[in-house]
Amino acid sequence: MGVPLIELDRLEKTFTVRRRAGLLRRERREVRAVDGISFTVDRGEMVGYIGPNGAGKSTTIKMLTGILTPSGGRLRVAGIDPARERTRLARRIGVVFGQRTTLWWDLPLRDSYRLTHRMYRIPDDRYRENLARCVDLLDLGDLLDVPVRQLSLGQRMRGDIAAALLHDPEVLYLDEPTIGLDVVSKSRVRAFLRELNAERGTTVLLTTHDLTDIEQLCSRVMVIDHGRLMYDGDLAGLHEAGDGERMLVVDLARELPPIDSVPGARFVRADGPRQYLAFPASASAAPLVAAVAAEYPLVDLSVREPDIESVIAKMYGGTREGRRESLR
Amino acid sequence: MLRLYATVAAGGFRRHATYRVATLAGLFTNTVFGFVFSYTYIALWAERPQLGGYSMADALAYVWIGQALITVCGLMGGGFEDELMERIRTGDIAVDLYRPADLQAWWCAANAGRSAYQLLGRGAVPLLIGALAFGFTLPDDPAAWTAFLLAVVLGSFVSFALWYLVAMSAFWLLDGQGVVQVAWLTGLFFSGMLLPLNVFPGALGEIARALPWAALLQVPADVYLGRYDGGGGLARAYGFQLGWLALLLAAGRAAQAAATRKVVVQGG
Repeated sequence: MGVPLIELDRLEKTFTVRRRAGLLRRERREVRAVDGISFTVDRGEMVGYIGPNGAGKSTTIKMLTGILTPSGGRLRVAGIDPARERTRLARRIGVVFGQRTTLWWDLPLRDSYRLTHRMYRIPDDRYRENLARCVDLLDLGDLLDVPVRQLSLGQRMRGDIAAALLHDPEVLYLDEPTIGLDVVSKSRVRAFLRELNAERGTTVLLTTHDLTDIEQLCSRVMVIDHGRLMYDGDLAGLHEAGDGERMLVVDLARELPPIDSVPGARFVRADGPRQYLAFPASASAAPLVAAVAAEYPLVDLSVREPDIESVIAKMYGGTREGRRESLR
Repeated sequence: MLRLYATVAAGGFRRHATYRVATLAGLFTNTVFGFVFSYTYIALWAERPQLGGYSMADALAYVWIGQALITVCGLMGGGFEDELMERIRTGDIAVDLYRPADLQAWWCAANAGRSAYQLLGRGAVPLLIGALAFGFTLPDDPAAWTAFLLAVVLGSFVSFALWYLVAMSAFWLLDGQGVVQVAWLTGLFFSGMLLPLNVFPGALGEIARALPWAALLQVPADVYLGRYDGGGGLARAYGFQLGWLALLLAAGRAAQAAATRKVVVQGG
């Protein structure tokens, strides 16, 4: 059992939205951005926090940093109530907002780090050591004297990640850390985060739209939609929860009528001698392959894993339908 | 903490120092306007000598002090409020808010750095050009310069406190351009940028001289011109500036507290 570092207990955030309804009349409407979310994250975990736009991900992160006050429920990060002791907490957490920057726009990268040094009162030797490490691992050496406005998006993101880590935070929140990055930059950022987590034991909570981030980094994933926690578990479980199907692709010796006699498999489509059979993600492919091979002239085969995108899309679809159902 | 804000101020200074062409363009504009105002004042003072108790030479010095302090004391915009309001509008303010630093102190320090740069980059030169072109006298006493400089520093802080309050409105209004324009127009008139406030007669003059904008230009200029000399006059000038500074900073803090407590950070 690990030590819970982040604890949420029926956390809520309600916004009041005023809308014009007629010439002078204004309508007040309550929007529940976060609607009773409970979970804990242990020290050293690396957790993906995913969901569609407007699901409440960023709102949760903002409450975790203390810049938004929860409307209800309980929240603790490293034993601290973020909204009440924002400044004390800030010294123990690191935050990277992918679409925003903490760096000083007009000044060289180095100046922003100097500022971080003072702001977090990092001991000089610790600061030098951490900076050297980040510069090395994130390949920032040539960029330190370049004004931030001249950096590419990927370079700036690496610069921002370094800025968030110079004070040795126990938790790192990343809000869309790979958004807009090219493939090379993405993999570099991911490699760095993996290493950070493995070597320093830094707890990482990241929101993302890029499911490859999750696949490559997170052992645990939480799915949120309409401010509610829809799923909390490992990736494999997410496939099942999303009612995922795997695809068995078989190449037959010649064009044949659809394979419909194999139990547990569903014929999807044929493409000449190639046929596509869907089966539950949780089932084993072996008996299927054996059954097909016994009855058909099998030349080649492959199994395709479902991508999480479609799994989650299915899951969202499910909740939306469920919601509509409950409204009726 | 002081070292942090010193670093922020140093950053504010260097940030503005990177834009040399902008500084030169600003200098040029200040100088041109200095000449335009000078000839207008010459015409006015020829017609009405000793207007507001100023001699012709004093009036000309006043013009060039005004040009020198435009950016230093934020007479026509504080020079930071657009950026701050834009950060509030886009939600980038979230980044500033989670830092272990005070928002107002942070921006105050950054603005102090900006002001210091503007004093060197756009303050000193126009004053010198004006003095050479129109032959008004520069004080030769170091104590007079020190007294003037202190009034300028206080003026720039009062300006910060005023514009910070204006910028805080963006938390409620989202588009604060209207407020900025009202503040701009008010500042233009009540700072004494167009005409010295001492020129205005009666109640209007009394009110204008009591408002915080008087601390930005009128008070420093009068300190420069020796109008506060003797008998605790300087203490009165600084007291006036400090009083407004304390009041406006407190108002800014209250607005900031209300904003961070109640207002949603946009773009959540």
